[in-house]
Amino acid sequence: MPLRTQPIGTESTSVTVPILEMRGISQIFPGVKALDGVDIKLYPGQVTALIGENGAGKSTLVKILTGIYRPNEGEILIDGKPVAFAGAQAAIDAGVTAIHQETVLFDDLTVGENIFLGHAPRTRFGMIDWRAINSRAKYLLQALESEIDPAIRLRDLSIAQRHLVAIARALSVEARIVIMDEPTAALSRKEIDDLFRIIEGLKRQGKAILFISHKFDEVYEIAENFVVFRDGRAVGQGRLRETPQEDIVRLMVGRDVKDVFPKVEVSIGAPVLRVEGFCHPTEFRDISFELRRGEILGIYGLIGAGRSELCQALFGVTRRSAGRLTLEGQPVDIRSSSDAIAAGIVYVPEERGRHGLALPMPIFQNMSLPSLSKTSRGGFLKAASELALARKYAERLDLRAASLSVPVGTLSGGNQQKVVIGKWLATRPKVIILDEPTKGIDIGSKAAVHGFIGELASEGLSIIMVSSELPEILGMSDRVLVMREGLSAGLFDRQQLNAETLVRAATGNT
Amino acid sequence: MKKILKHREILLLAIIAIMIAGFASRAQGFAAPGNLANIFNDTSILIILALGQMTVILTKSIDLSVAANLAFTGMAVAMADAAYPGLPLILLVVMAIGIGACLGAINGYLVWALQIPPIVVTLGTLTIYRGMAFVLSGGAWVNAHQMTPTFLNFPRMPLLGLPVLAWIAIGIVIGAWFVLTRLPFGRAAYASGGNPTAAVYAGIDIGRTRFFAFVLSGALAGLCGYLWVSRYAVAYVDVAIGFELDTVAACVIGGISIAGGIGSVGGAVLGALFLGVIKNALPVIGISPFAQMAISGIVIVLAVVFNARAERRAGRIILRDRAAPEISA
Repeated sequence: MPLRTQPIGTESTSVTVPILEMRGISQIFPGVKALDGVDIKLYPGQVTALIGENGAGKSTLVKILTGIYRPNEGEILIDGKPVAFAGAQAAIDAGVTAIHQETVLFDDLTVGENIFLGHAPRTRFGMIDWRAINSRAKYLLQALESEIDPAIRLRDLSIAQRHLVAIARALSVEARIVIMDEPTAALSRKEIDDLFRIIEGLKRQGKAILFISHKFDEVYEIAENFVVFRDGRAVGQGRLRETPQEDIVRLMVGRDVKDVFPKVEVSIGAPVLRVEGFCHPTEFRDISFELRRGEILGIYGLIGAGRSELCQALFGVTRRSAGRLTLEGQPVDIRSSSDAIAAGIVYVPEERGRHGLALPMPIFQNMSLPSLSKTSRGGFLKAASELALARKYAERLDLRAASLSVPVGTLSGGNQQKVVIGKWLATRPKVIILDEPTKGIDIGSKAAVHGFIGELASEGLSIIMVSSELPEILGMSDRVLVMREGLSAGLFDRQQLNAETLVRAATGNT
Repeated sequence: MKKILKHREILLLAIIAIMIAGFASRAQGFAAPGNLANIFNDTSILIILALGQMTVILTKSIDLSVAANLAFTGMAVAMADAAYPGLPLILLVVMAIGIGACLGAINGYLVWALQIPPIVVTLGTLTIYRGMAFVLSGGAWVNAHQMTPTFLNFPRMPLLGLPVLAWIAIGIVIGAWFVLTRLPFGRAAYASGGNPTAAVYAGIDIGRTRFFAFVLSGALAGLCGYLWVSRYAVAYVDVAIGFELDTVAACVIGGISIAGGIGSVGGAVLGALFLGVIKNALPVIGISPFAQMAISGIVIVLAVVFNARAERRAGRIILRDRAAPEISA
C-alpha cells in the first residue's frame, strides 16, 4: 500500500519533531482487541485527522490519550520522553486536553466557572479568586474572537457558543495537544467556519491537534495529515494533500465483504410493511420504504442521522408527526409500544442495558415480559408457561446460563443480547427491527448473531437492521436505506451495493 | 440473585432470632410464645404499611404520605363512628380503605399525569393530608368513650390464639405476595423499577403501574387508619407522626432496593419485625427512652450500609459489562 507511513515534513521548517508520539499501542478488553499496535505522531502547528468507521477504535484512542484507559501495550512519548497517565488529571498536567462530541459542561454554572472548574485560581487565603476567573475567562474567550460575558450562565448560550466555552476550557489548562472528537457534529456551516478559524489560530500557536470527523470535506479543509483506523489498526497515514478521497474510503472499508458474510439466499415474498412519509418534529423527515416477507432491509448512516429515532417511531416509543403505516395491506395506527407488539412489530434496541433488559430480574421473567398476555391465564401469571417459553427460545438461541432463574445482569454481553432477541421472538412478530444487533459483542458471537438473522429471514420474518458497520450492512442486507441528517439519502438494491456508494450517500460526498 | 436474596432473608431471620435470644437472656420471658405473639401483633400495622410502601418503592417511587393518610382516614372513621354509632363496622372499614385509596390515587395521579417526582408529591401531600385531618377535626380528639365497643374491640378479639389484628396482617402478607408474584401488575411493578425504559419497550405503561402502586399503598394506609385508631383507642391530628419513615426503614432493612426493582414480601415483613423486636425490647431491658431513638436509628443506618454493600456487588457486574459496549462507542 503506497500510503503507509510516509515521512512528514513541512515546507517552513526543515526538521519537525512530533510533540506526541504513540508507539505500538494496544488496548485489550475481555474478548476484544480494541486497538492493535497503533502508531501515531502529532506535530506542532498541524492538524491530524483521525478517520474510521464507528467501532474502529477512535474513541478508545481518545480515552487512552486523556488518561481514562491505560493501554495494555505500547508507549506514549511527549517531547520524546515516555509518559504514563495515571488518570485524567495526569493527562491534563501533561498538556493533553480533549473537546468531546457532546460538550461536558454544566448548564447552571457561569461561563467562567465552567472554564475554570477544578483548577480555579485562588487568592492568597485559599479562596476562589472570582476576579481572576472572570478576567482570565474573558481573555481566553477574546483570544477565540468571542465576546461572551464570563458571568452569564451556560444555559443561556447557543450550542455553538457552548462549544467555544468548551474550547476555552481546554485552552485554560495550557494544553499543547488538543483532541477534538467530532466537534462539528452539532454546528451549522457558519459556526464550522468560525471553529476552523479558531483551529487556524491554535495552529499558529504551535499546538498539535487531533481532529476526529466523518466528514471528508471538513477533513480536507482543515487537516494536514491523516490516520485511517480500521478494526483497531492504523491502516494508513500520510499527508492529505497527496491523497485522493477514493483512497481514504478504500482504506476505511478495506476488507472483502463477501467472504465474511455468506448471505443465505431467501425467496422474497409479498410486501409486509409499507412506510409512507414518516416525519418527526426534529429527528427525521419524509421517510418512505417497503419491506417484504423474508427481506432484510439495512438502514445505514452516520451517528445522528436519525436511524434509531425512525425505528423508535415505527415501534411507537416516540410519536411521529406525520406518516402512514400499512401492515399486510391493513393500515395500522401505532401509538404505543404495546400497539406495536400487538400488531406484530418488535424492536430490539441498541443499548441492551438501558432499553432492553431489567438486569435484576431473572432471565425467564425478562423473556416473558412482552408476552405476559400469552403466558398468563385468567389474569394470573403462570410461572410454568413462562419458563417453558423461556426454555424454548434459550435452546433455540443457544443461551448459556446456569439457570433461567438467575438475574440477567449476571450474563455476558453476548448472552444478554440473546435474551433480548429471544424475548422479542417469543412475541411471534411479523417484523423485527434490530438496532445495531452486534454492537459491543465479540467476533464469535457476532457471527452467530448474523447466522441467526439469516435464519429468521429464511423463516419468512421481515427484518429491518440498523447498523453503522458497513461490512455488516453490505453482507446482510437485501436492500439498504441510507439516511443522512434525518433525510433519506437513497435506497439501494443488493446489485447496486458497494461500500463507496453507501459512504458517499451517508456523508454527502458525491 | 434469587439465591442471594433468599440467603439474605434467612440471614435477617437469623439476626432477629439472635436478637430475641440476646434480649431473652436479659429479660426473662422475652422469648415466651405469648410475648412473641404480642410483638407480632404490635408490629402488624407496620407490616401492612411496609408492604404498601414496598410496592411503591419497587416501581422506583416512594410514598411519604402513608402516615398522614393513616391519620386523616383514622380521624374520619373515628368521627363517623362517634357521630353515627349505628353504622356497621364493615361499612366503616370499607370507608377507611376507600378514603385511603382515594388519597393514594391523588399521589398516583400527580406522579403519573403531571410527572412530578414521587418524593416531592408525597412530601407535599404528607402536609396536606395531615392538615386535612386538622381541618376535619378542628384539632379536637376523638376519645375511647366516644367510640362504639365493636369499633374498639374488633381488632383485639382473639381468634385461634391470635388477635384479629394479627390475622389481618397475615392475610395482607399473603395477599401482597399473591399480587406481586402472581398478577401481571406485580411483574409490571418489578419491571418498571428494574429498568423503566425496558419496561416501556416491552409494552408496560409505567405511569399506570405507579398509579396503582400508590392506590394500593393508600388503601393499606387507610385500613391501618382504622386499625391504629381502634388499637390505641384515640384519634387526634398527630397520630402516627413520622411513621412513614419506619415503613421506609422496614423496606430498606428487608433488602428492598430504594432504586426500585429488587425486593420480596418476605424481606419487607422481616424488616418490619426487626424494627418491632427492637422497639419492644429496648424498654424491657431497661434502656432509657432517650437512647431508644438513637439506637433504632443506628440499627437502621447499619442495615442500609449492609444493603449498600450487597448492591455494590451487583453493580460490579453491570460495570464489567459496560466496558464492552464502550469499545465501539
